[in-house]
Amino acid sequence: MKILVCIKQVPDMESKFKLNSEGNWYDNSDLAWRMNEYDEYAVEQAVQLKTQVDEADLTVLSIGPDRVKEMMKKALAMGCDRGAHISDDDSFKKDPYEIASIIAAFAKDKEFDLIFTGMQSQDRGSGQVGVLVAETLGIPSITTIVDFAFAAGQITAKRELEGGIKALIKTTAPALLTCQLGLNTPRYPTLPNIMKAKKKELLSIPVAELHKVASKQETARMYFPEKRGGGLVLEGAVGNLADQLIKILKDKTGVLA
Amino acid sequence: MKTLLVAEYRDGKLLNSSYELVAFAQQLGAESAMFLVGAESVLPAYNGTLYLADVGKYGEYNPAVHKQLLLDVIAKEQPDMVVFSHSSYGWDLAPRIALALNAAQISEVVDIIDGVPVAPACNSKLRRDVKAKTEQIILTLQGGAFGLEGAPNGTPTVVPIDTDVAAQVEFCGYEEAEAGGVDLSRAEVIVSAGRGIGKPENLAIIEALAKALKGEYGASRPVVDSEWADHSRQVGTTGQTVSPKLYIACGISGAIQHLAGMKKSEFVVAINTDKDAPIGEVADVLIVADLKEFVPSLTAKIQAL
Ligand SMILES: Cc1cc2nc3c(=O)[nH]c(=O)nc-3n(C[C@H](O)[C@H](O)[C@H](O)COP(=O)(O)OP(=O)(O)OC[C@H]3O[C@@H](n4cnc5c(N)ncnc54)[C@H](O)[C@@H]3O)c2cc1C
Ligand SMILES: Nc1ncnc2c1ncn2[C@@H]1O[C@H](COP(=O)(O)O)[C@@H](O)[C@H]1O
Repeated sequence: MKILVCIKQVPDMESKFKLNSEGNWYDNSDLAWRMNEYDEYAVEQAVQLKTQVDEADLTVLSIGPDRVKEMMKKALAMGCDRGAHISDDDSFKKDPYEIASIIAAFAKDKEFDLIFTGMQSQDRGSGQVGVLVAETLGIPSITTIVDFAFAAGQITAKRELEGGIKALIKTTAPALLTCQLGLNTPRYPTLPNIMKAKKKELLSIPVAELHKVASKQETARMYFPEKRGGGLVLEGAVGNLADQLIKILKDKTGVLA
Repeated sequence: MKTLLVAEYRDGKLLNSSYELVAFAQQLGAESAMFLVGAESVLPAYNGTLYLADVGKYGEYNPAVHKQLLLDVIAKEQPDMVVFSHSSYGWDLAPRIALALNAAQISEVVDIIDGVPVAPACNSKLRRDVKAKTEQIILTLQGGAFGLEGAPNGTPTVVPIDTDVAAQVEFCGYEEAEAGGVDLSRAEVIVSAGRGIGKPENLAIIEALAKALKGEYGASRPVVDSEWADHSRQVGTTGQTVSPKLYIACGISGAIQHLAGMKKSEFVVAINTDKDAPIGEVADVLIVADLKEFVPSLTAKIQAL
């Protein structure tokens, strides 16, 4: 059985963001980078599946500059067998359609039985790449899964809907699944596995070999939202802050009356 | 400008979010037609053409089939924009349509300024103006971003539609959210714990403040997913919607899905180490502090009142 999991590297969302000089993306310097949260669930699910079925080969793929290899090594330490790094310094400028086309071009002849992606990336958050890959490859896809089971080629997944309702969906492999929070608890790589991961294959492929389409959209401008005003921001010593807040609550809400 | 609005139907009901699509078309001053896989007995209050496929025949979730039904309507109507909610139905179906039409899809649109769609980035810390390079474009709209003024009204002209394309997946029914637990919607004060509490033991700090204020404690989703708190305590799109007199968000960044559940609160206090956390946008007071120090201090002072 062949499995593919697609992961993206994103800034830590608690970073202090600055804009780049063109004003059309965030500045990539001075940021802490990590694996997109949703992709961690995808990796964990793929690894769990690999241990469940007898023979499986699990490839982790990421498109991005050299720094994404650090994150890919984490995925290898979590249990992926090999890494395909699609080397691209300009990946942040590519739209979901281009990213999906690159992944589909990589996957086309490899006959993956299952492909896992995150439901969305935390920085751009388009929630498109997974479905676009599946549609390009002509395989079924199920989005936003919070539960997954696989037996004899049959996939049973639960999709999460608004209000916490779930929809039970079945399909057959080959298929693609986009992973949502709550699907599982991603493991921490152990030290022996981190050592083992160093010996695993991590191949870099120049993006030009797979990138054959033009973008359909672009980010014309990126900016900070206007503060919706009125909100008070308080900083300082903790005891002092507590006294200030109590006064505000007494004045503005009926709560401490 | 012509829009095709993709309305939604679930469990025997038309989803109210469908009217946000109507509001969007109105704001744009665009013509519209509507698409729905639903039932003749539950028609939307809408003046215009409604292309209606029978949900009994095609199911509430059936992407390959809904895609074909919608593509047939698009071929007939030739809309400039196909508009979905950014919902579990919309983000699933929209990319399928975008690929088939060779059109750009812009997700989670919160606004349109001078004809250019605006979408959030980086957990709503940033915004971006997105320019489509294709003639037809597909949009998914963030829930609550576009609201209808007044009650929806009208009667649609129904055009029944059909297809014979095969399904790719099988929809086997719904599983309801776990019932029971606390009913946060009745609480007057809610103190919520986010991932910023760091570890499950720190939930006690939040509970103590909730108790001192005679309220309930709530939680953001990661806290619930980690099983530090019961699902009935989750606030947000996939949890409860609350509107207490006072909502105190402790260590919660303010992701849109959380805000959707609490922004109707009368007074919002946020406690966060990150001054730029998006929760600041809805907070009446943002306390920039470590919750582990600030909250116990606040609780002690309230208890001493
Ligand atoms: C389809 C879908 C549905 C969803 N439904 C929901 C939902 O119903 N409810 C929900 O909550 N989320 C929901 N989410 C998840 C949502 O997108 C966010 O991931 C989530 O709300 C983040 O939770 P958080 O703010 O607790 O954590 P984070 O985003 O990780 O934020 C933690 C915050 O704590 C602050 N912090 C850290 N340490 C401290 C400290 N010591 N003191 C003070 N502050 C500190 C940080 O600065 C940060 O702002 C949903 C997501 C999707 C895609
Ligand atoms: N640069 C990338 N490299 C590998 N996978 C990606 C990349 N960008 C997006 N993906 C995958 O597609 C999912 C959805 O991304 P998006 O459509 O950008 O929200 C992510 O969770 C990843 O699994």
